[in-house]
Amino acid sequence: MTAKLSIQNLSFTYPDGAQALKDIELNIQPRELFVLMGPSRSGKTTLLRLMNRLSDLVEGHKREGTILIDGQDIFAPEVDVFALRRRVSMVFALPTPLPGSIYDNLTYGLKMAGMRTPSLLDERVERSLRQAALWNEVKDRLGDSAFALSGGQKQRLCLARSLALEPEVILLDNPTSGLDPISTSLVEESLFELKQQYTVVMVPHSVQQAARVADRIAFMLDGNVIEVGDESQIFVYPNDKRTEDYVTGRFG
Amino acid sequence: MKRQQTQKIATAVITTISIIVILPIIYVIGFLFYNGIGAISWEFISQPPRNGMTEGGLLPAILGTLFLTLGTAVAAIPLGIGAAIYLAEYAGDNRLTRLIRLAIVNLAGIPSIVYGLFGLGAFVLFLNFGTSILAGSLTLGLMTLPVLISTAEEAIRSVPSEFRTVSLSLGATRWQTIRHQVLPHALPGIITGIILGLSRAAGETAPILFTVAAFYLPELPNSIFDQTMALPYHLFVISTQVPGMPLQIQYGTALVLLLIVLSLTLVATVFRTIMRRRREW
Repeated sequence: MTAKLSIQNLSFTYPDGAQALKDIELNIQPRELFVLMGPSRSGKTTLLRLMNRLSDLVEGHKREGTILIDGQDIFAPEVDVFALRRRVSMVFALPTPLPGSIYDNLTYGLKMAGMRTPSLLDERVERSLRQAALWNEVKDRLGDSAFALSGGQKQRLCLARSLALEPEVILLDNPTSGLDPISTSLVEESLFELKQQYTVVMVPHSVQQAARVADRIAFMLDGNVIEVGDESQIFVYPNDKRTEDYVTGRFG
Repeated sequence: MKRQQTQKIATAVITTISIIVILPIIYVIGFLFYNGIGAISWEFISQPPRNGMTEGGLLPAILGTLFLTLGTAVAAIPLGIGAAIYLAEYAGDNRLTRLIRLAIVNLAGIPSIVYGLFGLGAFVLFLNFGTSILAGSLTLGLMTLPVLISTAEEAIRSVPSEFRTVSLSLGATRWQTIRHQVLPHALPGIITGIILGLSRAAGETAPILFTVAAFYLPELPNSIFDQTMALPYHLFVISTQVPGMPLQIQYGTALVLLLIVLSLTLVATVFRTIMRRRREW
């Protein structure tokens, strides 16, 4: 099976000289829920932000190696980075609605891409809200400000906003960090639906969350991938002492 | 107990200082109202001056000031906002941009009479616009630019960076992000800069002295290449150059100028407040 995302010899250094990623090799398969797990400052978010080239915004960074999506180099000069970000869509750690209505938020990316037909936009709005399990709560108030929603609703709105772009890959950077347990379980439930259709790469909120949702897990430490495996390998038979120490809570 | 006393004393001192700051402003406005209100009448604002400017009204000067303010806005706002967007969003931090910033700061400190002389040399003579509304507007616009650029740049920089990141992550281009997220959010702050700049321009005398202002010109201008009277210069003229000028007319003129500048500020402030309300989040 060819990998959806193939990360090849990837290194990344911030302008202050801190090397966040050291020669990373990873293959992420289509329609799997892949979790990047590790203590803070291990390079998870940096890796995530490279996958849709939000890393371009870091002025003065150094990058070696590359990422292929369906075999195509995302850093090649002919790549349309704006189209790439619609294919590889991201949900951030804190809910980040844009100023404006719920409807405005959901259609923002589509409108920026030039989609203007109201019936098509409406269709995308409804479908993405259903996928994010938010449709029933907001269907009668799509014109209300997105900031009037609760924290959990905001985060599901952000998920729906990414889904409205009909991406191929969804990047989730600790999407449940600010959420209560009920909202968290709603988001986790929708993950199982999502991976039927999309490739999902996620930085989890906790080791426990990684165990609950992951198909495969990469354990990262200090910019290195220590070990990749499914749940039973990482949690029950880890090959590396550091993985075992982390998942059993000896550090992290 | 001691800390609470200190607290009380500090509050009292700060309150007193605030009152001391406000008092002269209230005094000036009150003084002008008291002495000038008698001169205000429909005739005073709707008729040209007559009889060596000792009678009649201010119409050409009022309209001249409005034209000049409008001209200043047209000249300065697009340039100022454009420069602010460049500095805040596109330009990095290098020798060139540091030089530009230094120039802007220094431009803000140049005395207005120097702008007047520059306008005379550059617009009136070199570009051959003559003494005209065009030359005067450009001179005032130039003088307004530094304030406008620095406040607009500050407003753009204060837009939370997550709005930019989110917008870009949804596939928007850099310009779309600026156009749809950054500018709407920065607009109230940018308007503040415009208010500050324009109300200063409306009240300036020195920059228009050589570039546009007419000593006495009862006809209204026909085009941007005509001279015009303007309130600040008219006030200067009737207070220093015309013997036997009734004091009440002088105060009345000053009051009209003050009211125009204040109402400009008021309109813009109301506009800004409405925009802030509509942008709830």
